[in-house]
Amino acid sequence: MDWYPLWNSLRVAAISCVIVFFTGIFAAYYISRLGRVVKGILDVILTLPMVLPPTVVGYLLLLVLGPKHPVGAFFLDFLNIRLVMTWYAGIFAAVAVSFPLMYRTARGAFESFDMTLAYSGQTLGLSNTYIFWRVRMPACRQGILAGTVLSFARSLGEYGATSMLAGYTPGRTATISTTVYQLWRTNDEGMAFRWVLVNLAISAVVLLAVNLLERKEK
Amino acid sequence: MSLIIDIEKTLGNFSLDVHFKAENEVLGLLGASGSGKTMTLKCIAGVITPDRGHIELDSQVLFDSEKKINLSPQKRRVGLLFQNYALFPNMTVWQNIRTGLLRDHMGRASADAAVKDIIEKLRLTGLEKHKPWQLSGGQQQRTALARILISAPQIILLDEPLSALDSCLRWEVETQLSDILAEYGKTVILVSHDRDEIYRLCSRASAMTGGCAGQPVPVEEMFERPSSISEALLSGCKNISRARRLTSRTLLAQDWGTVLKTDREIPENLCGVGLHATDLCPSWSGKNENSIRCHIEKRISDPLYDIYLLRPQSGDWPEGEDHFKTISNLPQAEDSASSRLLRMDCPKNSSQPFSKEQELTVSMPCQKLMFFT
Repeated sequence: MDWYPLWNSLRVAAISCVIVFFTGIFAAYYISRLGRVVKGILDVILTLPMVLPPTVVGYLLLLVLGPKHPVGAFFLDFLNIRLVMTWYAGIFAAVAVSFPLMYRTARGAFESFDMTLAYSGQTLGLSNTYIFWRVRMPACRQGILAGTVLSFARSLGEYGATSMLAGYTPGRTATISTTVYQLWRTNDEGMAFRWVLVNLAISAVVLLAVNLLERKEK
Repeated sequence: MSLIIDIEKTLGNFSLDVHFKAENEVLGLLGASGSGKTMTLKCIAGVITPDRGHIELDSQVLFDSEKKINLSPQKRRVGLLFQNYALFPNMTVWQNIRTGLLRDHMGRASADAAVKDIIEKLRLTGLEKHKPWQLSGGQQQRTALARILISAPQIILLDEPLSALDSCLRWEVETQLSDILAEYGKTVILVSHDRDEIYRLCSRASAMTGGCAGQPVPVEEMFERPSSISEALLSGCKNISRARRLTSRTLLAQDWGTVLKTDREIPENLCGVGLHATDLCPSWSGKNENSIRCHIEKRISDPLYDIYLLRPQSGDWPEGEDHFKTISNLPQAEDSASSRLLRMDCPKNSSQPFSKEQELTVSMPCQKLMFFT
């Protein structure tokens, strides 16, 4: 059995999870402090990928990253880097669809944060960076943890946009979800079932880890 | 050590307009909830920016809208104790207190010594490793105070410091708090809606209503001779009537429908008259001045007092007079029936209790009347 899809899936999900963790949190932090109108507009734009069909997201991404389109052409012509049909194209797809999950849960957590904690930190002379990382983040830990897990799971299971951006090339761009589809399509049900089990195992481990972490907190 | 504050801020349809000066003292801000007390403290601490004005602490300008000065809260050295104490829930008592020293970049050894010192002083020994939720209300407050004191503030602001505590703890914590404040010795501003707390803890106080703070006056004066209806209400005066000056020594108390004689000059711009519930007494107790016939509407028994609600029976009830409408900030002004009731507190066992529905003549001693302008 070729384990490449497992390794590629984990790699894509982990990298996109790290990217989404930071961008989601900072977007949530800054947007929660903006005025109502700007906040409403940005909110819609950033949450849209969550409600759009993944293939539509994939199509929109191709409009930007495809070799005949502005960004994709720039990278290909000047840097000789192909953005689509590579393993890392899967990262773009995963980030786009999992970002809204992180952003929304983090924003919810920040909005329920007791601002008197931040205020008292400021009057005690603590820097805003200290307050953010040592007071606000721990206080919002539950929400942020939930957002991280959700976006990791979403990245791992991403199929639609990934198949459009990265395609399915065995040993090069295959992920677990695209592999399951390919194997099933080619009537290799036994192998497809094996990969389904692998995916089930990963998901179970992730959820178990979250539960353990939460119990340790208490 | 002194604080000068003169600020304005509008937020929605609420506007704050505060100006006073505080010396080395415990200054009270007495006001109902929503009167802008907490907002005033937040403006001094710098977590809210006023629209206009000037804040100065020990001749250092913290905020000045004209000179475009607005120091960050981190640089102001203002210690603000929040109503919920705002302890960091993820840190232990020790770590919470330790954060008060981070501004001064102290060496580890001297910082540890300072934390240990303040923990002993505020009797938190043994609780160092506890998280805030494991502490009682009083211990939480002492931890928050320790964290503030260790950061060496130039002024301490206390936002309803006792209201988060249940009543059996409150007295003990209040006594400790007054000791801590006495030892601190610099300017302290204490915000509360509880007049007794203000009276016991503060030397001077200012009444706050609708976003405006009055000039601070010694607490005794505020409670015994409040100068305005709002001050009288806040200081717990139960009997207040709109009033008009008739001669230099007589006035018409409109809500009570009676003419009262006084022992001293009545101010020209008189608009109200008040009398503490404990100063109203049955007229057969030897005092017959300013007596009014009343009907006892209700008797309520308190641990120390029998409280009577009385409806004055005076003949000429100046019902439809225009003058009534000139004072709008009376309590329950819309519910005129209950606002016209007089309240009389008689010490228990001093007399046979009167029964409900009885007629009674009460007296308003002229030296106890308070004039509001």
